Amino acid sequence: MTLTNRSRKTDNSELSIVENTYFPGIFKGMGVTIKHFFSKKVTIRYPEQKRYLGPVFRGHHILKRDEQGRERCTACGLCAVACPAEAISMVAAERVKGEEKLYREEKYAASYEVNMLRCIFCGLCEEACPKEAVYLRHDKFVPVFTSRDQVIYGKDQLVEDMSDRYLRDAWTKEDMAKLWIKQ
Amino acid sequence: MDTVLIVKAIIVIAIFAISMLMALYETYAERVIAAFIQDRVGPDRAGPFGLLQPLADGGKLFFKEDFIPTKADKWLFILGPAVAMSTALLSSAVIPFGDTIIVAGQKIDVQGMDVNIGILWIFGIVSLGVYGILIGGWASNNKFALYGAIRAASQTISYELAMGISLLAIILMSGSLSVKSIVLGQHGIDWNIFYQPMGFLLFLTCSLAECNRTPFDLPESENELVAGYHTEYGSMKMGLYLFSEYVNMFISSAVLASLYLGGFNYPGMDFVYSKLVGSFGEVTGHNIATAIGTLTLFLKIFFFIFLFMWIRWTLPRFRYDQLMNVAWKWMMPVAIVNLIITAAAELSGKPLLYNWVGLAIFGAIYFGLFPIFKKKTVSAN
Repeated sequence: MTLTNRSRKTDNSELSIVENTYFPGIFKGMGVTIKHFFSKKVTIRYPEQKRYLGPVFRGHHILKRDEQGRERCTACGLCAVACPAEAISMVAAERVKGEEKLYREEKYAASYEVNMLRCIFCGLCEEACPKEAVYLRHDKFVPVFTSRDQVIYGKDQLVEDMSDRYLRDAWTKEDMAKLWIKQ
Repeated sequence: MDTVLIVKAIIVIAIFAISMLMALYETYAERVIAAFIQDRVGPDRAGPFGLLQPLADGGKLFFKEDFIPTKADKWLFILGPAVAMSTALLSSAVIPFGDTIIVAGQKIDVQGMDVNIGILWIFGIVSLGVYGILIGGWASNNKFALYGAIRAASQTISYELAMGISLLAIILMSGSLSVKSIVLGQHGIDWNIFYQPMGFLLFLTCSLAECNRTPFDLPESENELVAGYHTEYGSMKMGLYLFSEYVNMFISSAVLASLYLGGFNYPGMDFVYSKLVGSFGEVTGHNIATAIGTLTLFLKIFFFIFLFMWIRWTLPRFRYDQLMNVAWKWMMPVAIVNLIITAAAELSGKPLLYNWVGLAIFGAIYFGLFPIFKKKTVSAN
């Protein structure tokens, strides 16, 4: 029984007089290598060239704002509870009068920190969030850090910049499935 | 006389520098060709297209720890790479890299020296080259290094025989041992490869074996012998070993090009020469024609270097018994047959025709009659 149609039976019969000179085999092999010599190279020169990693890639964290630029996060703590690496910590605060333009609801995160040494980029925070506030970007890596004080990302690095909004190619599972089929 | 001496010195130094430079960039070419054959792009970070990569490699080797094992024979350990490197560089002395240049009214050969036993000199030096490997392997006091060294020695000795006999056919045709006169005998497109296709294949195979390159790289077969004869070497000593191999490759490409592909000869060279002399004058025209010839030779050398690398990244290594079988049971007899055919063809007065006739007869006998005998012996068993 054969498992795949790609397997070939090894020919163990004795070499013929012509094959025994090794030349037919050598020329065949040289033909194969020269074909590869001129073929398209698969290398992606990484820092200059990047490839599309798909709509579901989990990279840099982001705290989304809504259309009017208000932070969505209400500091409920569900992401911190869901986090298996215990990388997320936050301090909640109550919104005072005059801050309606900054925060969407009455409670907000005064500080929101992700420890990138702990984070395993599993995306459970994204799934746990009831307010669609925290996401892992599909288009940006967490850069390499060289010292420990660069490791903890605060709100200054996480909250979305309204002039350069993060837009996903697909926000729902159904959209993602469609995208994958297209590729 | 003084100008002749100075020009000669410049030529010698240039040949030395070019063989070093070629070896340097052969390492780069090897990596790029290997990468291309394996669908990669190879080193491209150091400088444009990674052209500074050999310098980076060399710098790295110089700054590594120069380590000598305690139980090693210290002086032989140092002598090994030195012998390997110097023998590799010595053999380029007799290769004619061009015709002659005219300086101050005198014709000077573009060649280290034109000795009348030139090809013997190359053979002697190449045979000495195995001492470098042997000394290094022995001095390392490591069984794998010794295995590699012994393999190198036996392989070189075996393949030198077939190489020498196929060379004899060339000497029969040219009637001279001087490389220069062998090259001059192949004027225009009258190259020896058309007379000696089988000899060329034999010589090419033997050069691969002499350079210890795949499929004959048993001395350093990494999956059997750690790293072969240079297992214990590090730093620039190992660098010298690797470097000497690349110099050897350059030299054997040059020898192959000179003996079989007509060296600095190219079709239509007389026409080009007369045109150049006509438009630039006797001296400048002659020198430019020589430069074009040198360029042609280097193109041929590049072709052979590419061929060597192409073979290296295509063929797997021979088993040791296969290596010996190929040398003694196939290449030696075939080389002798080739010698006989050439001798008969030379006597006939029409060497080109009768070389091919002889080869055809040999092929007919080998491929036509031999299987019949073989079948009989099989059925007898």
